[in-house]
Order: sequence, then C-alpha cells, then structure tokens
Amino acid sequence: MTMIDADAAASDLLLDARGITKRFGGFVALNKIDLAVRPGERLGLIGPNGSGKSTLTNCLCGALQTDGGSISFAGRSIDRLSSYQRARLGLGRSFQLPRPFHSLSLLDNLRIPLVYAVNARGGTHLTEQQIRTRSTDLLGEFGLGGKLHRLPGDLTQVEMRKLELARAMATDPTLLVSDEALAGLSHSEVNEILALLLALNRRGVAVIFIEHIMRAVMAFSERLVVLVAGEKIADGAPKDVIADERVIGAYLGQ
Amino acid sequence: MSNGRFIALACLVGIALVAGSMFVTNEYYVFAAYFVLQYVVLATAWNILGGYVGYVNFGTTAFLAIGLYSAAALNKWLDLPIPVLILIAGVLCGGVGLAMGYLTIRLRGVYFTIATLALSVVVQTFITNWDYVGGSRGIYIMRPSEVLVFGSYVAYLFFLMTVLAVAAVVTARVIERSTFGFGLAAIRDDEIAAAASGVPVLRLKLVAAAVSGALMGMAGAPLPFYLTYVEPTSSFSLAYTVNSVAMPLVGGTTSWLGPVIGAVLLGTMQQAMTVLISSSVNLLVVGVLLVIFVIAAPNGILGLIRSMGGKKPDPETNPLAAMLAAEKRSSQ
Repeated sequence: MTMIDADAAASDLLLDARGITKRFGGFVALNKIDLAVRPGERLGLIGPNGSGKSTLTNCLCGALQTDGGSISFAGRSIDRLSSYQRARLGLGRSFQLPRPFHSLSLLDNLRIPLVYAVNARGGTHLTEQQIRTRSTDLLGEFGLGGKLHRLPGDLTQVEMRKLELARAMATDPTLLVSDEALAGLSHSEVNEILALLLALNRRGVAVIFIEHIMRAVMAFSERLVVLVAGEKIADGAPKDVIADERVIGAYLGQ
Repeated sequence: MSNGRFIALACLVGIALVAGSMFVTNEYYVFAAYFVLQYVVLATAWNILGGYVGYVNFGTTAFLAIGLYSAAALNKWLDLPIPVLILIAGVLCGGVGLAMGYLTIRLRGVYFTIATLALSVVVQTFITNWDYVGGSRGIYIMRPSEVLVFGSYVAYLFFLMTVLAVAAVVTARVIERSTFGFGLAAIRDDEIAAAASGVPVLRLKLVAAAVSGALMGMAGAPLPFYLTYVEPTSSFSLAYTVNSVAMPLVGGTTSWLGPVIGAVLLGTMQQAMTVLISSSVNLLVVGVLLVIFVIAAPNGILGLIRSMGGKKPDPETNPLAAMLAAEKRSSQ
C-alpha cells in the first residue's frame, strides 16, 4: 500500500491508535503499539497473561494515561479526553471482572449509562419512559428480563457477565472493547455470550474481543492481533496469524 | 412521594417544631433541641459526601468553624443580620469544600480522610492566630438587638436552625432521587465503571463536596450568637466531627432519613447524658455505638429495619467499613 492509500484508508478507520506506549516505572507494558479498527469490524486481541491486553484496553478507554502515541476515534483525537468523555463518544467497554453498581437494581445499572452517556451525547434525549423501555429491552435481550429489580449480588456468574455487557451496550457504543467476557464460563455459557456478541456486531457495533479461549477467538474474529510482552507481533487474518511461527513460539514457548 | 410533596411535608414538620417550641416554658429544652437540629444539618451534610459518594470526611469541624468564625468576624465588622451571615457562610464553605475536593478528592479511602482531618488542623491554627476574632482568647458576641416576632432570642435562633434543618433534609432528598444522586451512587459503587458509563466522576464529586461543605458552614453561622462566646478549642471540638460521622452510620447512609434518625437519636441521648450523667461520657458512648454499628449493623438502623422484614440484607454501603476493607485488602 502506498502512503496515499494508507492515509485514505486511515480516515475510514473507527479507531486509529498509533505508537501507544505505556510504562509502569521502568517496566514497559506497551511498546509502540499500532491498532486500527474499521467500523463494524470484529477484531480478536490475544496474548499470554501479562502481555498488555488489559493495559491497552485501559489506555484506549482512558482509564490510564499513555506515555506516548496518539489515539483517534471516529475521526477525532481523543488523547486528551478522560474516560467518561470517551464513553460518551461511543467507545464502550466491559470489564474483565464484572464491576456492577452493586447497590443499584439491574434497571438502574443500565440507567446510569443511558442518562450519563447517551443523553449527554447531544442530539437525542431519552425521556424517563424511553430510558425505562430501553433498559428493560436490553436486559431482556441479555436474558435478564426476569430480574429487572434485583440487585447484582443476586446474579450468577454468567448473569453478571451479561449485565456487564448489557451495561456497556447501554452506552450505545460504536466500538465495544470486551475484556475477557468469557473467562471462567462453561462451554455452553461461552456459546451463549458469543452469540450475544455476534448479535451486537450484526447491528454494526465494532468489537475488540480480548480472549484466551481460542475456540471462541477463532469463531468470532475477522482479524487477529497478537500481543506478547507489550509488543505487537502479529496482525492479520486469523488463520494466517495462528500459523505464524512467532505466535506459535510465544504460546508454546521457544 | 414527589419532591413537591416532600418539601411541603418537611415544611409542615418545621412549622410544627417552631410552633411547639413556643409552648415550651423551660428554655433549656429549646436550647437542647437547637443542638439536635444542628446535628441534623451536620449529619445530613456529611452524608451527601460520605454516604452518597462514599468519601469519609473528617473535616466537619473545619467547615462548622469557618461558618462560625466568618459569622463572628462579619458581625463584628458590619453587623449584618444572621440570615445574611448564614448565606455568606454557605458560599464561603461551599468554596472551601470545592477547593478541598479539588486538592484531595483524587486521594482514595484513608488518604482522603487524613487530608480532611489535616484541613481541621490548618483552619484551627489559622483561627487561633487570628487576632481580629480574639485568637486563642476567644471572642464575645453581642447579640443583635432586633428580634422580629419571636420575642426571645433563643426562639429566633431555634427558628433559623429549623429552617436550615428543613433545607438540608430537602436538599439531601432531592439529590438522592435525582440523576445527580444516581451518578453519586454509581461512583460510590465503582468509580472506574461509573466513568466507563459516562459519569463525569470528578465533577460530581466536587459538586457533592461543595454542597456538603456549604451546609456544614451554614449550620455554624448562627452558633456564635447562640453561645455568645466562642474560642478555638471548643469550636474545633472533635465531637462535631465524630458525631457527624457516627450519626449517619448509626442511622443508615443510603437515604436522607438515616442521618436524621441518627442525629435525633444520638443528639437527644447526648443532651440527656450531659444533664443526667456527665458531659465527658458523651463521646465514649458515641464511640462505642459507632464500633457496634460498623461491625454488627453496617447499614445502620434503616438497614436493620429492612432486614427485619425478612428480606435479604442490602449490599453493604457503609463507607467506613468499605474504607477499612479496602485498606485491609491493599495491605495484604
């Protein structure tokens, strides 16, 4: 690709992160990572434990400040924006360990992003009634329709994961960063959550899918990025990436 | 209940209190009730930051004393009517709350609490060395001469404190049911998840700190006229801080009603003990109650009542217990 083509392509990107660097003291957690996501794309992000996946998520979503590089989202630079402003722009995330608002009912858990992200975005303004309908519908979609007024403490582990995703979806994102939504789930539960994520993607939501379960990664991803020790070592079609010698080496040990 | 109805009801309770006080012949009871109402304001104000957002503030005395001394100083300088002094104290302490919040609210848990305690020390040092208000010798306040329709000056001050208490409780309840209040609850439960859901965490915390500080300062403004003599040691009494923390925790921190229950209960008990036993036993009893509640009933009296209905206990929202648990986790 020539430089001109690359620039033309860059303007079509939903997320364009370049040279992301993050250090914790002397430890380099991320070293000049480039990561691009097209609108509606399903991107798998894998790597061994400690390779920097969650750090990258935190840098993209604004929970951590980067030490270098630039991030643009939906055509604008978001480097100086804090976490909540990025959420309002449409950059949603779900957490590796579910972090529900434990004193609020499931409905109110979804009410927070609807009021603070969607309504604060400008343009549409949801009424109380619409907020109620939207959160009820979303919870129904995620199979939590029977527990609208329950507290998160009453949920099972897989239900908690669903709540985490539902709340991230309530921000009405154009890009969802899903950080290990499947960790610790059974075979059938994995399929269940995977189906939900695919359904979200069909609606046009791009997904960065961070996962350890390779079966799920291969089933879900259109493109695969591999991080090892803070370096990006592969980026391409899933079947090519997993055949890459360096990737095999990183996973099986040289 | 809608906000309008609640405000109407709160005003009715206030009117009933003032009317009732007029039939009381022994002025001591009005004096004691004033202190209880002052604690309703302080506990309610504390709870806006401590209960709704989970930031344990140990600087109540600082805000109260700033309100108190600003009123004393302005009275000496300009002789303004007390309601104006209350408003000025509110603006001043709101500003101090905002500044304190801006400097310290990024600190978590115990560190924030220590910073607020330090604020008390700084303010006390400043006041002790401020000659205009008497420094460590203290200052006598000449009560303004005019007393509207109330006759006795104590009755007038009681009326003002009732108005403040009603205003504080209404403010807390309106916040609790508002979008702002939901945002605060989200922050209390999980700041990072709240930010990821679009909640402007820092801004909301600062507003809560400002409102909380303003109400505390307003509670302090009529106090010099009540006591007619103020000096730093008693104005910065640890009792104000300990009580304003203990009362919401004993009552329950998630609702406006908790601090009111705690303040009325502990406040009345303290007044009774001061008269019947000794004034020094007060803090001991409060301390013991606080320990018992943090351990045995972390959601306070309200939480106890709810769980007695056979329902599952609410998730723990006790800010002090949460702070201690976080400390324990991080030290492991």
